[in-house]
Amino acid sequence: MHTSHSNIRLRIIKDRLFLALVVLLSFAMIVPLLLIIFHIVKNGIGVINWEFLTSLPRPMGEQGGGIANALAGTMMLIVLASLIAIPLGVLAGIYLAEQKTGRIASGVRLCMEVLQGIPSIVIGIVAYAWVVISMGTFSALSGSVALAIMMLPVIVRSTEETLRLVPDILREASLALGVSYSRTVLKIIVPSGLTGILTGILLAIARITGETAPLLFTAFGNPYMSFNVLKPVDSLPLMIFNYATSPYPEWHAKAWGAALVLVVFVLGMNFTAKVIAKRWKVQF
Amino acid sequence: MIKVSFDSIFKTVLKAVGVLMLLLLAGIFVTLVIDSLPAIKATGVAFFTGTTWDPVFKEYGSLVFLVGTLLTSFLALAISLPFSLAIAIFLGEYFRAGLVSSFLKSAIELMAGIPSVIFGMWGLFVLVPLVRQVEIQLGVAPYGIGILTASLILAVMIIPYSASISSDVVNLVPADLKEAALSLGATRYEMIKKVVLPSARSGIFAGVLLSLGRAIGETMAVTMVIGNANILPTSIFSPANTMASIIANEFAEATDAVYVSCLIEVGLLLMMVTLVISMIGRYIMYRMKT
Repeated sequence: MHTSHSNIRLRIIKDRLFLALVVLLSFAMIVPLLLIIFHIVKNGIGVINWEFLTSLPRPMGEQGGGIANALAGTMMLIVLASLIAIPLGVLAGIYLAEQKTGRIASGVRLCMEVLQGIPSIVIGIVAYAWVVISMGTFSALSGSVALAIMMLPVIVRSTEETLRLVPDILREASLALGVSYSRTVLKIIVPSGLTGILTGILLAIARITGETAPLLFTAFGNPYMSFNVLKPVDSLPLMIFNYATSPYPEWHAKAWGAALVLVVFVLGMNFTAKVIAKRWKVQF
Repeated sequence: MIKVSFDSIFKTVLKAVGVLMLLLLAGIFVTLVIDSLPAIKATGVAFFTGTTWDPVFKEYGSLVFLVGTLLTSFLALAISLPFSLAIAIFLGEYFRAGLVSSFLKSAIELMAGIPSVIFGMWGLFVLVPLVRQVEIQLGVAPYGIGILTASLILAVMIIPYSASISSDVVNLVPADLKEAALSLGATRYEMIKKVVLPSARSGIFAGVLLSLGRAIGETMAVTMVIGNANILPTSIFSPANTMASIIANEFAEATDAVYVSCLIEVGLLLMMVTLVISMIGRYIMYRMKT
């Protein structure tokens, strides 16, 4: 009698200890997150001012200088990559949503999953082989091609998933009124799922904004302001990488500042996507 | 009449874009294979078995990088597993909804959103000095950079990923199984140990494989803290290089055609390894859901 009683107590103690362990380990994950944010804000906030955001980098040894070229380059890369990836991605997503079965459609689905799993540095090699080699120079365009390939799977999948939620009644009502198939898709089905598509696009942009690896030998980096798509450009993550791995403390400080700008931008984008997804959720 | 033809154009365009996606992936494969051919011709099997990577003497043995990649990735996986399992049980079993769980979920999402170059930079400036201190205490060569540091950073980076997959799987365990265990007098711990984890096992394994695929392909964070040494690592404290980091470090500077081609072959190898691992993971997930 006595032993079975203490046995139960032991089991209850074990149960409590396990819960404590689970909670402890789960929240341990937050420690590095807080540390990263803490260090970036602490080291970055003092660096950022108007001059930092609006002026070009100065040579080593000169005071001041900023990240304007990297900001402009990042924007250019995002815009170019979006111009390539959004139309293709949304159209492919529409195709998959319309074509539920079929050999090509399931091939495309598998293809997107594979594409999502390819390491970004390998995408960089491919963009190098396709664009840099054939044009003979590192360029913003080659970087954008690499980033566009990385955006595609995200956009395609979110477009397909959203459009699948649009009920058939809407389509049938439209077709019954004599509206053509293409108009039904473009004017009824796609607008109904627009917020989902937009969320996917924002997530895809957030994904590529912080990407460095595919830009190392495509966009390459450039200490001057450049708006030429056929010439190398700098980007924020590329600049952070180059400054952080340099031996100069002044450049390390710049890297922290640029890191703060980048993190705010990327997390802001993620947050916006989440708010859009929540507030204008596609519901039927 | 015009409308009908527009419809068929529309359908053709959609289909063409679909086919374009197939061609894109095929093109990626073909490009990598064709551009690897000079390396395959020049090095043959020695590429996979050689342990010396010395472009100056035209020796290209990539085994060092495969070892470096597998070592860092598995170590990262081992470090991350207790944490991601705990989060999976926390979110999938103990706190399925409510303020605490949404707090943890937001933290995980935040972590997943941080770019890898930021992790690398933080690792370089914060983690490396810490590891160096530990190494001095232990009496090993205090590089600071190396396999251990890279694995720690990788572990932090993959926790959000494996935790969110595993917690979904834990969530899927049928309630009647769990209730049956509880009604037989099991404590919650016993129920989790004997019912939840065994029935979620294959899904958790799939999550592990998918995060392993991520860890293997991760480039920037690893490149910044692994030490860029083309040698077979002798301990977890020694500097090394992974398949991804060697490409990041040397590709832009490679001049010789065979050299470039060898780096592309490393990329091809890297892609194959990641794809095989993540496809097995996806297959297991797919089988679980159907």
